Amino acid sequence: MEGCSKTGEQACPQLLDLMAKERREWRVMRDGEASSSEEKKLELRLGPPGGEDKRWSLKDSTNRERDAHHHQYLLSLGYFSSTNNSNNNGFSFLHHHSSRSLPVMAKESSQPCCTKVADLQSPAEKKAFLSSAPAKNTAVPNSSQKRTAPAPVVGWPPIRSFRKNLAGASASKLPASESPNDVPSKTVNEKPAHEPGRKNPFVKINMDGVPIGRKVDLNAYDSYEKLSAAVDELFRGLLAAQRDSSAGGIVNKQEEEKAITGVLDGSGEYTLVYEDNEGDRMLVGDVPWHMFVSTVKRLRLLKSSEVSALSREKCKTRYWLD
Amino acid sequence: MRQDLTVQQMSEDDDRSPPLDLRCGAAPSINRARNCSGEAVSGSGSSTSSSIPASVPVTVTEYQSQYPDQVLEIVLENVLQFLTSRRDRNAASLVCKSWWRAEALTRSELFIGNCYAVSPDRARGRFRRVRSVVLKGKPRFADFNLMPPDWGAHFGPWVCVLANAYPWLEKVYLKRMSITDDDLALLAESFSGFKELTLVCCEGFGTCGLAFIASKCRQLRVLDLIETEVTDDEVDWISLFPEGETCLESLIFDCVDCAINFEALEKLVARSPFLRKLRLNRHVSIRQLYRLMVRAPQLTHLGTGKYGPSEVAQRQGDTEPDYIAAFAACKSLVCLSGFREITPDYLSAIYPVCANLTSLNFSYATITADQLKPVICNCHKLQIFWVGVPCVIDYQCFEEIWVLKLILAVIMQALDSICDEGLQAVAATCKELRELRVFPMNAQEDVEGPVSEVGLQAISEGCRKLQSILYFCQRMTNAAVIAMSSNCLELEVFRLCIMGRHRPDHATGEPMDEGFGAIVRNCRKLTRLAVSGLLTDRAFGYIGKYGKLIRTLSVAFAGDSDMGLKYVLEGCPKLQKLEIRDSPFGDAALRSGLHHYYNMRFLWMSSCRLTRQGCQEIAQAMPRLVVEVIRSDDEEETDNYVETLYMYRSLEGPRHDAPKFVTILR
Repeated sequence: MEGCSKTGEQACPQLLDLMAKERREWRVMRDGEASSSEEKKLELRLGPPGGEDKRWSLKDSTNRERDAHHHQYLLSLGYFSSTNNSNNNGFSFLHHHSSRSLPVMAKESSQPCCTKVADLQSPAEKKAFLSSAPAKNTAVPNSSQKRTAPAPVVGWPPIRSFRKNLAGASASKLPASESPNDVPSKTVNEKPAHEPGRKNPFVKINMDGVPIGRKVDLNAYDSYEKLSAAVDELFRGLLAAQRDSSAGGIVNKQEEEKAITGVLDGSGEYTLVYEDNEGDRMLVGDVPWHMFVSTVKRLRLLKSSEVSALSREKCKTRYWLD
Repeated sequence: MRQDLTVQQMSEDDDRSPPLDLRCGAAPSINRARNCSGEAVSGSGSSTSSSIPASVPVTVTEYQSQYPDQVLEIVLENVLQFLTSRRDRNAASLVCKSWWRAEALTRSELFIGNCYAVSPDRARGRFRRVRSVVLKGKPRFADFNLMPPDWGAHFGPWVCVLANAYPWLEKVYLKRMSITDDDLALLAESFSGFKELTLVCCEGFGTCGLAFIASKCRQLRVLDLIETEVTDDEVDWISLFPEGETCLESLIFDCVDCAINFEALEKLVARSPFLRKLRLNRHVSIRQLYRLMVRAPQLTHLGTGKYGPSEVAQRQGDTEPDYIAAFAACKSLVCLSGFREITPDYLSAIYPVCANLTSLNFSYATITADQLKPVICNCHKLQIFWVGVPCVIDYQCFEEIWVLKLILAVIMQALDSICDEGLQAVAATCKELRELRVFPMNAQEDVEGPVSEVGLQAISEGCRKLQSILYFCQRMTNAAVIAMSSNCLELEVFRLCIMGRHRPDHATGEPMDEGFGAIVRNCRKLTRLAVSGLLTDRAFGYIGKYGKLIRTLSVAFAGDSDMGLKYVLEGCPKLQKLEIRDSPFGDAALRSGLHHYYNMRFLWMSSCRLTRQGCQEIAQAMPRLVVEVIRSDDEEETDNYVETLYMYRSLEGPRHDAPKFVTILR
């Protein structure tokens, strides 16, 4: 940690600095250090511990999640250096042990983190840092420190998928519900073969004013944004063709292929709605993605002006007759 | 070997027993003797429904002069009829050969804790008159995706044999078995007097299978589907129950996540006068629930479906039915569950029944402590309480703004008290509480959980009769666990899950060794224990030293070295089920249990430090143990360490239906 050693006594709490500029320096350190393969496994990495382990299956994580882990590990490294025993977990202000973290920060401020950082390369601390990894990769003396926010592990906490799915269902109604980006971490815990996914992934989608319906494979997408983009691709040409034909067949190059946007938030000309397995019509985008995938039966692009009229009338059958 | 299953050391009295062919001939007369001797015997079977005529006179004296043992046998069989506990029966069967025979003839409830420990044919060969079968398949960790699908535990081979061997079979209870629609079809067709089907944590079939059961089992009393996956084949199974009055006493289908034909359900309930237990799925709205309750005020166990209106109802603007009156009319209601997708406004409808409730399951209901308290304050008789605790804020989204996160963390600490408050209300009112389960609604590790050691402490002080607790939390202290150990001396099941891995005591920073140590030391009746949090070998030392009655132990992310596992294997003589994950136990520890593995139902170790050679040694040393090494995918193992070891005693040797990712070592 070049920056730290230069400043010597500088207080550790310059964590904002750590976060911002030390990222690169950590990288440098990593590339230079690895010698034996064992050390390679134990060396500091910018990722969750035991990253090569298949179980961690980070392939599915979004970039956002990677960054999250980035921050958390960087910050925890800062504190690892300054505390020697497991007893003080106040370092992890990313933890919720909030009231302790402030005084701890103050306490550590006088200690130089740089020298301890060198210690991080020592086996004991290395093991400590990676103590969350599956034990087969490291020797794990559990009495040492623990890192902060861990990557999700299969089957932990030990709750059956029944309860998890329901948590998703009810959580979507809570005010501070998870963003769809949290779904990747949840799916690690889902049954691989019995995902609440669909038997038949193809869902019909119709657009107001376009007589030809299409089909989309929901398994090909993992977020509403992607679905929205796909919808745009599917119907853009058709819509343009429709407009052309209604305009008497005059092909107007400038007007052709206007993008279909704003289908999720009501800002566009069209809004995406869907019919779920209970027959209710819902706006697309309210529930977590995987829940949506498992309950959606049909999709429709309505003119946004008609959406509010629909919610008043709730006359479902008329719209699904075709 | 003391527990060698095949060679039962028993005294032979063959010189006094009659030849084999006469033995078989004598059997019917023993039957007749039994029937003549009296009324229907209770005990372990329901022989009341058998149609063996009781009118044939028996000449006991004729047999008596030639074979004095016959009388003894008859007496024995009559006496053994009253033995219901399978452990007692197992003990009785070891006395001598004639006791073994008599017990085998009179056992009517067959319990098989591991479907691979014995083959269907062997079971059928020994027990001839079975009315009820309990079969358990996969190990519990399979519920948490630690085992790839299609591992096994197929009901198919069993149902084929049962269909041929036990035409009078009445009850089947399956747990963690893999069942197909065809299996259910065969079951429905083979047993004319079939009465009870209970499926817990099973999978592999759909509503087609249910349709077979509903339509063909005319004597069906119990159809209970608990936490079982049922695929939606879009079959209207509810309307396939027979016309006319049914024998239905229990219909539990809350886990069947398919729409149902409500009109058919309503008619079914109306023509089921014996119905006592009804648990609906979330496709039944509260309005529909009302209609059912009105038709079945005799219910004792009710699982509401979606405890809120469907959208259609809202639109109609009809007057709301009098839910309070409906609940009040159910004077026998003692068990309430469901409350999925709850609209809390309707919660007050259950107030009339609270005073009688002995069991309440709110684990699917997202309600606040303030909504819970008025309900709980009336539940003075409550013995079983399950609750789900929502986690209010997910501050993953704030990781960039660490200052804000700090502030939030401070606030959260204040908010923590909110749900501990709910538990405090429970502690204050429910003095009869025997079983408590606290589940997290948002099962993530780093979200602040609103229950903590405060809730546990309160419960321990208020609910002194507590026997079983399952408690999920984010943080815990040794002090609270020690308090529970000294207050709740009746504890038999203690399962604490500190969801953050390796979390120490958050007040002192120490490992959780002392807390769990106190539990095993003070709770003299403890038979089941699940540990979590930061634990050293010391904790396992305590378990080995004091946990003499422990039968089931669950360990995750705990321990320092092989010594931990050694302490347990050497110290706990009653240990039957041991499941371990992600703990640093290796081959040496595994070896230390060789003296005990035949006494156990199974050992599961995943992501530990076992090598293939180590497991091989065990397999070679113990021929009656099936040692399975399970990989998570089809690739060959690259690491030296075994991913999952699952081993169990068996009379049959390696099973023939093992999938590719399972290697059975020999």
